[in-house]
Amino acid sequence: MGTVLNIAPVSRIEGHAKIAIHLDDAGNVEDAFLHIQSLRGFEKFIEGRPAEEVPRIVNRICGICPWMHHLASNKAVDGAFGVTPTPTGHKLREMCQVMAHINDKILHFFFLAAPDFVLGPDADYAVRNVIGVVKAAPELATQVVKMRQLGQMMLDKFAGKAIHPIAGVVGGFAKPMVESERQELLAGTRTLLDFACYALDFAKNNVFAKYMDTIGSLGVIKTGFLGTVDRADGAFRLYDGKQRLMKADGSYVDFEGVDYADYLGEHVEPWAYSKMPYAKSWQEGFDMNLDAPKGIYRANTLARINVCDKMSTPKAQEAFEEFRAAFGRPAQATLLYHYARLIELIYACERTIELLEWEGITDTNVRAKVEPKAGRGVGIVEAPRGTLIHDYTTDANGCIKSANLIVGTTHNIAPMNMSVKQAATSLIKNGVYNEGLLNQVEMAVRAYDP
Amino acid sequence: MGVRTALEWLGSCSGCEIAILNIGEALIPIITEALEIVHAPVLMDHKYFGQCGEGLTLEIPEAVVGIVTGGVSNHEHLEVLEEMRKKCTVLIALGTCATHGGIPALMNGQDQKKSWEEIFQTITTDPGAKVPNIEVPAPLDRVYACDEKVKIDMQLPGCPPNPALIAEVIVSLLEGRPPVLPGKSVCDTCPTKREGKGAVSKVKRFITNAEFTAGEPISEMRCLLEQGYMCMGPVTAAGCAKLGAPSCISARVPCRGCFGPVRKDGNQLLDMMNALASNGIDFSSVTDRRSLLRFSGAHGMLKPVKKRVEEEES
Repeated sequence: MGTVLNIAPVSRIEGHAKIAIHLDDAGNVEDAFLHIQSLRGFEKFIEGRPAEEVPRIVNRICGICPWMHHLASNKAVDGAFGVTPTPTGHKLREMCQVMAHINDKILHFFFLAAPDFVLGPDADYAVRNVIGVVKAAPELATQVVKMRQLGQMMLDKFAGKAIHPIAGVVGGFAKPMVESERQELLAGTRTLLDFACYALDFAKNNVFAKYMDTIGSLGVIKTGFLGTVDRADGAFRLYDGKQRLMKADGSYVDFEGVDYADYLGEHVEPWAYSKMPYAKSWQEGFDMNLDAPKGIYRANTLARINVCDKMSTPKAQEAFEEFRAAFGRPAQATLLYHYARLIELIYACERTIELLEWEGITDTNVRAKVEPKAGRGVGIVEAPRGTLIHDYTTDANGCIKSANLIVGTTHNIAPMNMSVKQAATSLIKNGVYNEGLLNQVEMAVRAYDP
Repeated sequence: MGVRTALEWLGSCSGCEIAILNIGEALIPIITEALEIVHAPVLMDHKYFGQCGEGLTLEIPEAVVGIVTGGVSNHEHLEVLEEMRKKCTVLIALGTCATHGGIPALMNGQDQKKSWEEIFQTITTDPGAKVPNIEVPAPLDRVYACDEKVKIDMQLPGCPPNPALIAEVIVSLLEGRPPVLPGKSVCDTCPTKREGKGAVSKVKRFITNAEFTAGEPISEMRCLLEQGYMCMGPVTAAGCAKLGAPSCISARVPCRGCFGPVRKDGNQLLDMMNALASNGIDFSSVTDRRSLLRFSGAHGMLKPVKKRVEEEES
């Protein structure tokens, strides 16, 4: 029995995890695990709650993507109560969801991931962080902080709360948008779009070009992909659409959210609280074997960019074409998640502007008539970390009878374990390891933004 | 060098950490000059078991200021919290999970063991799956607020806490003075129009929007409780207001109590029942009364019921 290296906590991610690398007597990697440390039980403690209250309870699943849970939940309650939101209510929700993506991507790329690239994976841990970035590149850092703050405060001001939102309601939205708010949001989003284009250029020149070798090797695995596309033309979608499940060979099936349980299953390992979703419909079971994985697909940015046929907005489409020409479909390199994330950042800005320019956006009919009742609803949105599924059944009083949640991050738990093992095995040989190498193993996790 | 500071998160969602970031540009001098951050899993790579993971005991560096978010629901949270207490001179509990249990303490109203088993038996979970128990921290018997487990020097609730108040707590500590924090209720900071006790005898669920004119200031809207909605403003600590009105009210949505009770040891359920009764409102019209404790279920406030809500509804 050799040594176990406990990399705990995995840092600069948004949850609680540790990596355990098991070395054999010769100091080579025998096995490696990403242990997910936390379980809170949302599926159970929302039972009995009035369903219309649940969107403002489940947002606490994640303080970084609370809008995603808030809105997937609202969509599920709409379904259970059999109500269709008014067109304006629907678009106001989408606008908030897409805006929340903007802030999330700025946060992840610049605050959490960038230190590895700007300061280098081997930099001392005391400086390899956002504080180090602020000191090394103060102008860029100040701009990043300003842009993220702009996005957050726009949401905060319009919707009351950017973190743990309350403005989405069953049937639509809690308040209409007035013209002065529309103008202010438009101006802010145009500024953010300029920044998004700058961010992609910056990353192409200073990160992706420089780290091309690492991108081609670190944490690379071969899997399928899951995302959401437009029902009519297969274009990239974040708020609404059909789900597309692609195999590693590029073939795919499309399905409607309500049928998710026919396509996806959840595997459980005794060493992680998080379940591990897999493609049940492939009928090959579940296996994380690096050479011959079974049932394994990935979600989140790279997956969405892989499964869609095109982007519906011009600047994002331009970036998408360049990406696809360079890396093919599906692109498998794990660090390309960062690249895909910045293409999504551009889309999110362009889509927000599109929604704000829609003529009905300031209509005051923002909420449809709602009657609590028994039913079932499945609400799906694309969260930054992957396809987010809320499935509720209500009783005659409109309270939750049962709930099933598949949270974005969990789609990538099995793939992250594979990437960790791939990275650890290729980096650690004959007992030789150091902080820089171990940080590279963490970088393979960070790319997934868990 | 700045004041040595350590940050930790226990059973949390990272919303408190995002609230810290929402201090915005003013945060830059705080984290680069005023403070020296020595440990913070969300932002930097200091490790518990040494930087190469070879150590056997969990260690956090010594610090003057410690900030803890999240409640205490498993043995690892407890170990981390105790280590923070040991290594930090001043320990701050940030956010409602840390101060009152927060949303995760809703689990205290359930049979925890049975609930966890059922989580691994949903329609999509592989048949035969068991609750994981290898290399993952075992749960405690319930979800605790931090001050139930260690001495806490300062409490700042909020879900999320208000960035301006987080900055005030940090700056006041650096300046060696007590922080200026609101001590009132959400209602005391709410500009909506109150016209006195009205014809409301029952509260209604929030399935219709409030009555107001789009674009008019909040001060032109009638109090949501007076409009007949369940609003927990009377029994909830103030502090959420950022742009002149409590956050939810500014979105024309009633308060659900996310800053916890007005007095630290208040009971939001009992206090709200009293507030409704004294206004002549029938408190049995509240659907799911236990969820009035949804933010403050630690400290033994929320307990499992044997027979589901039936006895309460009678």
